[in-house]
Amino acid sequence: MKRLSYPFSAEAVRELKVGDMVLITGKLFTGRDAVHKYLHEGNKSPVNLKNQIIYHCGPVTLKDKKTGKWTVTAAGPTTSIREEPYQWEVIRDHGIVGVIGKGGMGQKTLDACKQYGCVYFHAVGGAAQVLAEKIKSVDGLYLEEFGLPEAIWELTVEDFPVVVTMDSHGNSLHKEVEASSKEILSKVL
Amino acid sequence: MDYTFKETSMTKKVATKKPKGKSTPKKVVKKIATKKTDPKTQIIDSLLELIRVTSTVVPDDVAKTLMKARAQEEKNTTASYAMDIINDNMELAKFKSQPLCQDTGTVIFFIYHPPGFFQNAFKELIKKAVVKATQKGYLRQNSVNSLTGENAGTNLGEGHPSIHFYETNKKEVEVKLVLKGGGCENVSAQYSLPDTALGAGRDLEGVRKVVIDSVYKAQGKGCGPGALGVCIGGDRADSSYNAKKQLLRKLDDKNPIPELAKLENEIVETCNKLGIGPMGFGGKTTLLSCKMTHANRVPASFFVSISYMCWAFRRQGLVLDAKKNTIKKWLY
Repeated sequence: MKRLSYPFSAEAVRELKVGDMVLITGKLFTGRDAVHKYLHEGNKSPVNLKNQIIYHCGPVTLKDKKTGKWTVTAAGPTTSIREEPYQWEVIRDHGIVGVIGKGGMGQKTLDACKQYGCVYFHAVGGAAQVLAEKIKSVDGLYLEEFGLPEAIWELTVEDFPVVVTMDSHGNSLHKEVEASSKEILSKVL
Repeated sequence: MDYTFKETSMTKKVATKKPKGKSTPKKVVKKIATKKTDPKTQIIDSLLELIRVTSTVVPDDVAKTLMKARAQEEKNTTASYAMDIINDNMELAKFKSQPLCQDTGTVIFFIYHPPGFFQNAFKELIKKAVVKATQKGYLRQNSVNSLTGENAGTNLGEGHPSIHFYETNKKEVEVKLVLKGGGCENVSAQYSLPDTALGAGRDLEGVRKVVIDSVYKAQGKGCGPGALGVCIGGDRADSSYNAKKQLLRKLDDKNPIPELAKLENEIVETCNKLGIGPMGFGGKTTLLSCKMTHANRVPASFFVSISYMCWAFRRQGLVLDAKKNTIKKWLY
């Protein structure tokens, strides 16, 4: 088990390799379909994403009516491949060093990871409770107009469990598994 | 006794509340009893509990299958790590009474009711329960207007929740609920046979090929290890719907049609040789189960529809007590 702690950097994530199980401690910003489309269209990010990690997640959130404070009650990853058209640009233009999601991403993202120093972390899809437990505080809410699941949530996490499935050296577990399963598929069909 | 959710009996109950002036002890007792069992409120409460349990607890048959799969993965692999987290998540969601997965999915109700049932009135109660469940955080604000992108935050809207009624000869009402997440819905598929690229013809062998292909194509994106509902035949719409309805079957049941029972097992075995594994990390369990049905088709069409369900297989059901509208029995 490896650890990655805040502040994050391209140098630190360059150390990580496909297959590494990593516990992340520090800040995460959620961002999914609407946010990626928004950034792709050239809009300014409401938060500085330099050296930050984006988490593909639309959490279940509850607001305390008295204090106005938000809590995240479920927060697993959403399917990342939908951001494939935009992710490389967000890596290039905003300087993010990590993407957390599920299902993996494609060649464009893999190339951007290599070029700019970024890693794709796979969280366990559907494990919304285990992952929400690792959220220690909700520090901000941006672009609320996209709807709560689509907004940017600034979160502080501790020992957030992920697996590196695409590293900054051009390796992708998803590519490997797809290729090996394709070979088996051709035999069983 | 009549079903209390019938308009006639609802009216009756309201009528008994009206005469307020009389003060014999007996009447008072009756009044309290009537208040407690206000049929609409009770039905909403029972439906709310159904949503809570469905969103937070994996049914026993699924949990058992998942535990078997967990035991099979090699230790110290990312696959076994994923299955451990899945296990922890099931325990935690149940304990905290919070959603297993943040994508609480499309809310799909199946209502099996006796003749003379008031479907529209029941629909309104379902909607109220869904709004309440959203406020309580059992459901995420998950319903988006496809034209405007607006999310009303209530889980109500055009086509939401999805509600299907079936008239039966039973005296009691059964309500089944499936919460189907978007990730696994996105990898669900429909094939039209023959499929030249796969060499799949219009027979069960062709069906086998396309179903396995769909699991290969899904890779880890549907939050595997997954479970399939499959329909052979039907038009495009019915075929997809019937495939989804197969998700109502328990994973350990047996298909009464021998050819399909055989094919179901064969597909599971073969898919587990693909090595895609939990989350697509590589591993032994790619598919937990495959449940198949068939529907007639027109000579020109031969559709095979596949509904992929993630490991967080949220399905539950209950029997409503005919008198009290409380939960008489859980179905899974």
